[in-house]
Amino acid sequence: MTPKLTPKLATLLVLAALIALTPFFFPSGYYYRVGALIFVNGIAVTGMVILIGYAGQISLGHAGFAGIGAYACALAPVHWGLHPALAVVLGAGISAVLAFLVGRPVLRLKGYYLGVATLGLGILVSMVLNNERELTGGPDGMEVPDLGLRDLLKDWGLNLSNGEFWYFFSGLCLLIGAWLALNLYNSPTGRALRALHGSEVAARTVGVDVARMKLQAFIISAVYASVSGSLLALQNKFITPDVAGFMHSIEMVTMAVLGGVGSVLGAIFGAGILTLLPQLLTVFADYEQMVLGIVMVLVMIFLREGLLPSLLKKFRGKDE
Amino acid sequence: MSELLQFLFSGVTVGAVYALVALGFTIIYNASDVVNFAQGEFVMLGGMITWFAHEAGLPLPLAALIAILATACLGVAMNKLMIEPARGAPVVSLIIITIGASIFIQGAAQLVFDKQIHTFPAFSGDTPFRIGGATILPQSLWVTGGALVVFVGLWLFFTRTMLGRAVLATSNNRLAAQLVGINTGFVMTLSFALSAAIGALAGVLATPITLTAYSVGIGFALKGFAGAMLGGMGNPKGALVGGFAIGLIEALTAGYLSSQYKDAAAFVVILAVLFFLPQGLFGRKSTDRV
Amino acid sequence: MKKTLTTTALASLALLSLTSAALAEIKLGASISATGPAAFLGDPEAKTLEMLVEELNAKGGINGEQIELVLYDDGGDPNKARTFATRLVEDDGVAAIIGGTTTGTSMSILAIAEDAEVPFISLAGAIDIIDPVKPFTFKTPHTDRMACQKIFEDMQKRGFTKIGMISGTDGFGASMQAQCKSVVADYGIEIIADETYDPKDADITAQLTKIKNAEGVQAVLNPGFGQGPSIVTRNFKQLEVGLPFYQSHGVASDGFIELAGSDAAEGVRLPGTALLVADLLAEDDVQKPVVTAYKTAFEAKTGTPVSTFGGYAHDAFLIMTDAITRAGSAEPAAIRDAIEATSGLAGTTGVYTFSASDHLGLDLSAFRMLEIKNGTWALVE
Repeated sequence: MTPKLTPKLATLLVLAALIALTPFFFPSGYYYRVGALIFVNGIAVTGMVILIGYAGQISLGHAGFAGIGAYACALAPVHWGLHPALAVVLGAGISAVLAFLVGRPVLRLKGYYLGVATLGLGILVSMVLNNERELTGGPDGMEVPDLGLRDLLKDWGLNLSNGEFWYFFSGLCLLIGAWLALNLYNSPTGRALRALHGSEVAARTVGVDVARMKLQAFIISAVYASVSGSLLALQNKFITPDVAGFMHSIEMVTMAVLGGVGSVLGAIFGAGILTLLPQLLTVFADYEQMVLGIVMVLVMIFLREGLLPSLLKKFRGKDE
Repeated sequence: MSELLQFLFSGVTVGAVYALVALGFTIIYNASDVVNFAQGEFVMLGGMITWFAHEAGLPLPLAALIAILATACLGVAMNKLMIEPARGAPVVSLIIITIGASIFIQGAAQLVFDKQIHTFPAFSGDTPFRIGGATILPQSLWVTGGALVVFVGLWLFFTRTMLGRAVLATSNNRLAAQLVGINTGFVMTLSFALSAAIGALAGVLATPITLTAYSVGIGFALKGFAGAMLGGMGNPKGALVGGFAIGLIEALTAGYLSSQYKDAAAFVVILAVLFFLPQGLFGRKSTDRV
Repeated sequence: MKKTLTTTALASLALLSLTSAALAEIKLGASISATGPAAFLGDPEAKTLEMLVEELNAKGGINGEQIELVLYDDGGDPNKARTFATRLVEDDGVAAIIGGTTTGTSMSILAIAEDAEVPFISLAGAIDIIDPVKPFTFKTPHTDRMACQKIFEDMQKRGFTKIGMISGTDGFGASMQAQCKSVVADYGIEIIADETYDPKDADITAQLTKIKNAEGVQAVLNPGFGQGPSIVTRNFKQLEVGLPFYQSHGVASDGFIELAGSDAAEGVRLPGTALLVADLLAEDDVQKPVVTAYKTAFEAKTGTPVSTFGGYAHDAFLIMTDAITRAGSAEPAAIRDAIEATSGLAGTTGVYTFSASDHLGLDLSAFRMLEIKNGTWALVE
């Protein structure tokens, strides 16, 4: 490595190369779909890095924000004639406001109490989406309008299949998201957040406004989750309240922690593994759930810092 | 009047199940500071194994006993294989480990048993008792009684026995507990066995009312977790009150407000309580170690 | 079940094996919710498909070609269903798809199937799947609306005008609740109490007490599937509501009587399919042979009683193989045209006749009003 190659730049380059080069090895269009899902999950998980990895807080309800982002894209274009792209922004805005409003009281809580409070928050959102049938279509879900960007690109002479378009578009969004997160890491806010993760009391004594910092991390991660939900809705063009469900919240946390919540690349790696795993495990059919459970347990016991950091450490250890 | 009474009976029936699950959370938390999200799977196993053994021709009490013992053994195995090796891991890792265990047990249960819904006969028949125009099933009394007995037993255990105090000491400061001669490894094993057995007992008592299937665990775990947190994690009194409170809130909301949003009401109350009492109703005050 | 390996590394191996796959084969894809919240429906569907493929191949397949079933479990998650549908179409290259246990998963699969122009037969209830008609999408179950109509017809005959409803909040219950409310006025019936329960609820007496105490209520209807309706039925008995009680086709299986208890289930009416009353069908009933054959085979193979849902998968497979046989080709477009030309095909659910404007192919006559008498099903008519 040359000294000029900062970790931030290295991360972005690795990510960009992966996004750009793997399609050359795709045997069929189905792989674009899996790739796009990894990137969409990767965006949500990057938010979890900021919340869990930087600020040391947990949330068992972030799927609620994904639900808000997803349904903003489904509802706003139909009811207010808003362009789907603006609906993404609207969803992110609503998520940020909600996170701001509930963040202060909720973030005073610690550990499992924070867990149950965020869990309740997520469940409330998913309950509204399930029950307000007139508006959201209830558990059967509703259709989401087309983003229209693919047609626009076609007019400009760039003809992509639906799968290809969503692969590259989600990949680009993930790159931007990762870039912002990495910038935050090196900013004064990021340093304050990491101080807080080390020890809240110590951070407070050196003059960090702990409550404000936690709140910021919570809001930013909510926006990431919301955008991820929006992209999922736009890609699938159909959305059900499952997107806001408890299992999706758990999935986000698991992806981040499994991959390595200390770094953006690690967490995205986790998103990749957990998105691919069910696809690979179809081989095991009936044993799928058992294998998934075992993998989660083993990684957490033996690779505590997450898959990617632990593997890298082992790799380097052998070199030296 | 009879309407209110019926809502209360409904709430007590459901609340007793939640309370039993919440009590199971309490023990493991007291010994190890771990919230075991696989607690619901213990409840599922209690019901499924009893059904399976009963179906195979064993008398119901024997089937129930086998279910409780088998689940207790599984609890011990879970401690040895998953929790002990992860000692010192952060909260979020422990959450993922216990959720992983829960997914694994569910996957195994659907292979060993099946994916259908099952039940077995109620212990004292299905003829409801009639009180003031409202009705309650004998099995509801079994569940409620079970929750109360387990609570009293745990309360005595934690306050009156050396072993119970050893459990609490282990939770407060593991190293100090070891220094005064407490076998913390045994305490952990015991806690998991006890907790799993109580979970299985909940499954045995509740299945004639709630029915069972390989997938019912996560629902029980969520409600039990909520109940335990509402009451204050680690305190048997909190688990009992929290569990019953959530059952009653749900039933009264369904009765007087909206059945669609009854689960929402429970979580709104939890959020409100935690806003004023960040450690739940009866939780221990925690101080930050610096 | 076909075990597919699709890691990138193994993709090349798969290419190599193509040469040996010269044995004539028709690839049939399926994405079913064999686990997850809809496993109660999806499990018998998956087992039925596996059983039927085995049976058909043992008999020599279709027109001498073996059927290869590529079956995925989407766990009831529409997002996963979309991914699996993409995989079936793009990677596995199937000729047709059966699946979509729930409405949500069906809507996800149909978008992919329509884009790729691959025929798709859904196993879910909602009318939105085939209304408006989409060229490549068909479905086998009755719509929720038809179940509501069948029930309200019976209520009207018995002179009920004021009823209470207690619905599950899952997709099945919520969808049927909405459909029932939209057609109820056609029958001069008014819903004066409208309650819901969560599918995981352990006790529903609070909601039923409200319905019981509603002024002038004459009958109660419970749309839902899984364990909820069994608990509702038990609570109904516990409270001695004492009103005529209707369940939906969501619980049409012997398992329901067992779970609710034959005592509590006594007198419950529901719209069911011929499958439940195989023994009671007239000897000249066109459905009798197919219903009896499926029931015998399924129960012998799995040891569990047949359910209406397994029947939906049976019928989808029947329609599909019948169309492939008639088309004499496994080209997606040819299969689609042949499905649309299906006429008078007796399945377990009803007798199917599709057309360009009707991709359901059933009418109300396919439903039979059943009543539980002495712990078993009886025909009402």
